[in-house]
Amino acid sequence: MNTESPIIRPAGLDIARIRADFPILSLPSNGKRLVFLDTAASAQKPRQVIDAESHVYEAEYANIHRGVYDLSQRATVAYDKARTKVRKFINAASDREIVFVRNATEGVNLVAQTWGRKNLKQGDQIILSEMEHHANIVPWQMLREETGLELVVIPITDAGELVWEAYEKAFTSKTKLVAMTQVSNALGTITPMAEIIKVAHAHGVPVLVDGCQAVPHMPVDVQALDADFYVFSGHKLYGPTGVGVLYAKAKILEAMPPYQGGGDMISSVTFAKTTYADIPQRFEAGTPNIAGTIALGAAIDYIESFDRQALLAHEHALLEYATERLQALNTVTIYGTAPEKAAVISFAIKGVHPHDVGTILDFEGIAVRAGHHCAQPVMDRFGVPATTRASFGIYNDFDDVDALIGGIAKVQEIFG
Amino acid sequence: MNDLRELYQEVILDHGRKPRNFGALPDANREAHGHNPLCGDKLDVRLKVKDGIVEDVKFEGAGCAISVASASLMTEVLIGKTEAEAGALFEKFHALITGEADVTLEQLEDLDKLAVFSGVRDYPLRVKCATLGWHTMHAALENNGEMVVTE
Repeated sequence: MNTESPIIRPAGLDIARIRADFPILSLPSNGKRLVFLDTAASAQKPRQVIDAESHVYEAEYANIHRGVYDLSQRATVAYDKARTKVRKFINAASDREIVFVRNATEGVNLVAQTWGRKNLKQGDQIILSEMEHHANIVPWQMLREETGLELVVIPITDAGELVWEAYEKAFTSKTKLVAMTQVSNALGTITPMAEIIKVAHAHGVPVLVDGCQAVPHMPVDVQALDADFYVFSGHKLYGPTGVGVLYAKAKILEAMPPYQGGGDMISSVTFAKTTYADIPQRFEAGTPNIAGTIALGAAIDYIESFDRQALLAHEHALLEYATERLQALNTVTIYGTAPEKAAVISFAIKGVHPHDVGTILDFEGIAVRAGHHCAQPVMDRFGVPATTRASFGIYNDFDDVDALIGGIAKVQEIFG
Repeated sequence: MNDLRELYQEVILDHGRKPRNFGALPDANREAHGHNPLCGDKLDVRLKVKDGIVEDVKFEGAGCAISVASASLMTEVLIGKTEAEAGALFEKFHALITGEADVTLEQLEDLDKLAVFSGVRDYPLRVKCATLGWHTMHAALENNGEMVVTE
């Protein structure tokens, strides 16, 4: 077998140095070099992010938007600065359009429970795709239970691409929202989001974008996309768990009722009447994840310290190399073969269940996801209960791909 | 590699590849569906129980080598047992797999060939695989027809 990479490795990125930023990568896994191929589930954290979070608690922690004392002011400034970093990162027009939530899941739920409840009624339709993550299915189903709205699901092709004609024809006078992923977590497909939004807007329909898998991999510009809502999680972006982002256009947010009630989301409270705070505070009731949010800002700084095109090229080279090596194994089937893909490969090994693959790879120090990837409709579409998924991040190198291929040889040795 | 072989013993690989008592059981009078939502494994277990004796057991479904082999071996040891014995075996097997109780292999003579699954206890995430068939069988005996979910 040819173990030489035919792919030209992009210059300008020192992957060994990037790896050194991630403390966990220097720890052994089952006595072997950790080969972490589950970044699509959650990314590892660089020292810069870990330090930023520690620093908050060690040096500038207090509750925000409350105290007049120095510590509280410093924490408030750092928290608000993180909002500005997020705004610049996705090129939103204003900090007011950035709402901090727990994760993308909460972002979708927030939109469903506030905008959705206010604007959707029986018979209204929401367009989804067959490759949505459960987080972009279940909140709408819950709203369907309440309102009697309808979900219109656009099928995907054998390659894992949106059936475009079906999408274009799906709009009716009842269509009120399109909620769709920019990158499929299970298949890696990059959807043509700018075109998706253009078509929806031509029908006067707003679009919610699940950007969880897109934001860590490609530069995102919500204004260029003209997205109405855009959600993503911090932990997939090399940031901490427990913080995510909901972007929405200011005029939409302004018209949305609050999500949860409590402190920090009000302008004045009496027992007779409460007036709500302006956006985005209206949607951030209670003490938020202060340290995590500041650390998310550090994660964005970290990502932006690299040439993003070079990162993209590196991940794409890994994808191409891994695809080629996997395709060379005649026992492996890859699910998701769209021409436009992020560095995610779902595959099956003939005759071996993904869970067994995952356990054997784990022995080799290789962490992959085995399961339905919270996208059961995708599994049903391809007629499999589960797949094994390798997903790549900025710290992966070609040795990781070689290790994966070597691990698959072990699987075949045991199950052969 | 030695450890891996401890988990994936030949008997397990063999039953995983060629499960015994696999298929329909038209004259079954007890039945349950098992589902592990984490991995998508689904197993149906059907039993024919007469006068308190398990006369026949069959299972159908798809799953990993551990879950299929476990269900397959389970069907082999259950045939001819009383309902009470089947229930007791379930308890013992569960104790063996989870390592919860102080059960030694010697005390588990009834478990017989099921002892090949003792390696699973070192893999907490795979315990659900090894017990899916058993939970489903147990539910079939206890509450006929109920969906069993392990997670």
